Amino acid sequence: MSTTTIAPAPSSAPTADTTASARSRPTVTAVLTWMIGGLFAATLLAVLASVIVTSISASWGGGWLPDGYTFSWFRQAWDTPGLARSIEVTFEVAAADVAAALLIGVPAGYVLARKRFPGRNAIMLFTLLPVILPPLTYAVQLAALMYRLGIGGTLLSVILVNLVPILPLVMLITVPFVEQISPDVEHAARVFGADNLRLFSRVLVPLLSPGIVAAAVLSLVRVLGSFELTFFVSGAKTQTLVVTIFGALSDPGGPPPALTAAMTVFYMAIALLGLLISLRFANPAQTLARPAHRTL
Amino acid sequence: MTQMPVTEIQSCARAERQPIRHRLADRGVDWSLLLLGPAVAVIAGLFLYPFIYGLSISFQPQAGGGALANYKNFFADSYQVGSILKTLRLALPVAFLSVALAAPLAYRCRRDFRGRKVVTLVVMLPITFGGILIAQGMPRVFSPVGWLNLTLKAIGLPQADLIYNYQGTFIAALLTSLPLSFLMMMGFFGGIDRSLEHAAATLGAGRAARFWRIILPLAAPGILTAFMLALVESFAIFPSAILVGQPDNQTHVLTIPIYQAASQNSDYTMASAIAVVLTAIELLILGVVVFVRGRLFKGPATAGKG
Amino acid sequence: MAITTAGANQNQHTSAVEFERLSLRGVTRAYGKNPPALRDFDLELGRGDFVALLGPSGCGKSTALACLAGLQPLTRGSIWRDGERIDTRPAEKRGFGMVFQNYALFPHLSVQKNVEFGLAMRRVARRQRQERALAALRTVQLEEHLGKLPSQLSGGQQQRVAIARALAIEPEVVLMDEPLSNLDAALRVEMRTEIKRIYQERGLTVLYVTHDQEEALSLATRLVVLRKGRLEQTGTPQEVYANPVSAYVAGFMGYRNLFPARFLASGPGRGVSVTAFGRSLAGTLISGGGLAADAEVTVAIRPEDLVISADADAGAVTALAEVVEYHGRELSVQARTSDGGVLHVKTDQPVVAGSTLALTARADRVLVYQGGLDRDEFAIEAGTQ
Repeated sequence: MSTTTIAPAPSSAPTADTTASARSRPTVTAVLTWMIGGLFAATLLAVLASVIVTSISASWGGGWLPDGYTFSWFRQAWDTPGLARSIEVTFEVAAADVAAALLIGVPAGYVLARKRFPGRNAIMLFTLLPVILPPLTYAVQLAALMYRLGIGGTLLSVILVNLVPILPLVMLITVPFVEQISPDVEHAARVFGADNLRLFSRVLVPLLSPGIVAAAVLSLVRVLGSFELTFFVSGAKTQTLVVTIFGALSDPGGPPPALTAAMTVFYMAIALLGLLISLRFANPAQTLARPAHRTL
Repeated sequence: MTQMPVTEIQSCARAERQPIRHRLADRGVDWSLLLLGPAVAVIAGLFLYPFIYGLSISFQPQAGGGALANYKNFFADSYQVGSILKTLRLALPVAFLSVALAAPLAYRCRRDFRGRKVVTLVVMLPITFGGILIAQGMPRVFSPVGWLNLTLKAIGLPQADLIYNYQGTFIAALLTSLPLSFLMMMGFFGGIDRSLEHAAATLGAGRAARFWRIILPLAAPGILTAFMLALVESFAIFPSAILVGQPDNQTHVLTIPIYQAASQNSDYTMASAIAVVLTAIELLILGVVVFVRGRLFKGPATAGKG
Repeated sequence: MAITTAGANQNQHTSAVEFERLSLRGVTRAYGKNPPALRDFDLELGRGDFVALLGPSGCGKSTALACLAGLQPLTRGSIWRDGERIDTRPAEKRGFGMVFQNYALFPHLSVQKNVEFGLAMRRVARRQRQERALAALRTVQLEEHLGKLPSQLSGGQQQRVAIARALAIEPEVVLMDEPLSNLDAALRVEMRTEIKRIYQERGLTVLYVTHDQEEALSLATRLVVLRKGRLEQTGTPQEVYANPVSAYVAGFMGYRNLFPARFLASGPGRGVSVTAFGRSLAGTLISGGGLAADAEVTVAIRPEDLVISADADAGAVTALAEVVEYHGRELSVQARTSDGGVLHVKTDQPVVAGSTLALTARADRVLVYQGGLDRDEFAIEAGTQ
């Protein structure tokens, strides 16, 4: 039996009217945890701030802050041949890749989730590989293939190579979401006369929308940051922004850091915009966990 | 009495055997598989084919010397072989630390609270911006005349050597890996039915007991999954190894010789060979983790209604 | 295990000091700025009581249980165990056993380890733990399933394991949160008897939350009806059943005929007459007083109390039998009056659908309450009109 004489909790003697919720002091683990979180956040914000501050610095030797400030780097970056083009390319590639990945991947994920057929396990395995292998293990040969087909260096090739890691990602995200929908829902739709197209558009897609949005967000993020794959196939006119920036950073004789920083600020703005828009639609935390615990 | 028309006799006979369409459908093959077609085409054509092609040409070394020459040369060169160890020295600790640090954070954030959206936003920033941006911002923070060292000097602490070496790449990798681990595990911890924690409390389990005996065992499979994902990312480290690491020495990870062989030496066969080595090592490590995960409880973390 | 008579309070597995009373005083629980889920709620639980908290979803009964268990903090008020205040203690230090609606069995632990969990938390030695767990499982007749995982058990079995788990720690009080609502009908009846048997055998003290009036009536020594976070009525099942204090409670106690009427005149004692369905009815005023003519009232009549009379005398309400359900020993009839009102009748006389019925009831079984009726409050549980 639990003890019956327990000293009252360490709070002032309460009257019958005051709140008496048992609030415990923060534990050591709690403090440590918040410290870790704080350290992470501080480092992250410092790193981001450094880019932003550099982009508006006239010159910066050592020291805490730049020696002078200017906005001219943005104008210069914008006028740099290729930067505007990079931004355009990034938009186009991102849009095309996410759209293609969803259009191809969601139905494919549906079939994988619902149907059992010979070869299913093999397909699931091969779908997993592009997601888990480093892009460099196939980027080179993929680029070579693009050149053999005669489309190396074109926008199409950039779109195609970036499809490789994100299409399986969409499929793999879709599967648990489909499994979560009871087959009875589909049966009911059929009994009431829905043909395949209407079943998909009116029943499945709305029910799958959290998963679709999650898949879209994750694919978008992956395409925006994708470097190795694009690097090997892109030509001068078909570089995405990260490739351009990497080139500027790793070239000792390249543009001054402030100019590159200005380019990056453009990139940050685009990415941030994309992130804010997609966060209105989805909560990545909820969707990254197994959706199985949600009832339907 | 008229005779039965010939066609009717024939269709009677045919009706005995099930149409092949039905037999296939019984085994799961029907029109819906067409939906899978484009996806299979993309994966087969744009991944499997280049990958297998690469595998095959890795056995056709440019400079000749037999099928295994590329591999022999690679393993004979201690500098190149060393990159295997350097890859593991980087990938495993990054993945481990990413999960270990993210887990307590994720655990505290598992229930909805007022600042959750803001936290999610902050956490998603590194994922969105990517490793190159992180690497770009690091020098001003970590270099000998950067903000961190200026602060340390002002306090009177020794200088920190955290960039253009192993530590630099480590930090960059951790900054991008932690958020994803955090999000994944926040979802997993949050998915454990609250009533399980309540039941444990009414049975006398304090906070520590609830965590170690109920939450952790149920979240363990998810934690291992997060570890595997972090591992996958950390094997793919490349730009940050060059930009804020020491690509010739400390952070000479396997992705770098692949890149060098392909773009600097134009030796695609060698590049493919090294790619095969990287693939094999990663799959081996992942295989071990999957095996371990399979031994753990994998049931649903709900309270289960019969 | 001592076999005791119902309601007695000898608990053989005692600790040093047994409690006499648990009191909730003025307990209020509000979530942020929202209206409180529980308002100024008082409850006394004596040793050996079986108290049922009854009400529709959202009435605050589960909140009251959670506050008592320590799973929810109090916004105001206090909880006392005899002279000691316990609402400042966390749940793990309150020593109550609890059975959850969804069982909350630990999916990764076997049945045995689930039942032993509370004992392990109390650092009971291994051998003793096993014995006590086995004894608890024997009480619910599941001792053969020690090694199974919860996922391998049926719903009824899982519920019984949950009960055993709460019993194993020999708690002072067992809290039950709608433990039977996820079971199918037959199982529910069976488990109800089980719970009553265990309560009697072990001399437990139980606080039981339910929305099912049958369960509450059959199990409890005292009923507490809640409404929108407040206490509406408390009493023995007989008291609440025979004398519901408001139309709301009447709706819960199976007074399926609830309809609006207009006050006509007072009679001797609490007798009143009211107009409904175009007729005047003789009833008994339960709540309210000083009613003006034509004031709004609500009338409650049990289907069993409506009598089909042979001839249509002045006081009877005529209605057309629309739906007749056969229930073996009796018929359940839904009849419609000429002005569209619906009346439910239970009778053992033969009735044919489509026939006209003349219905009367004794004045003391026609309960009249001042004021109108908020149907939304309990439409689902009390049955629709």
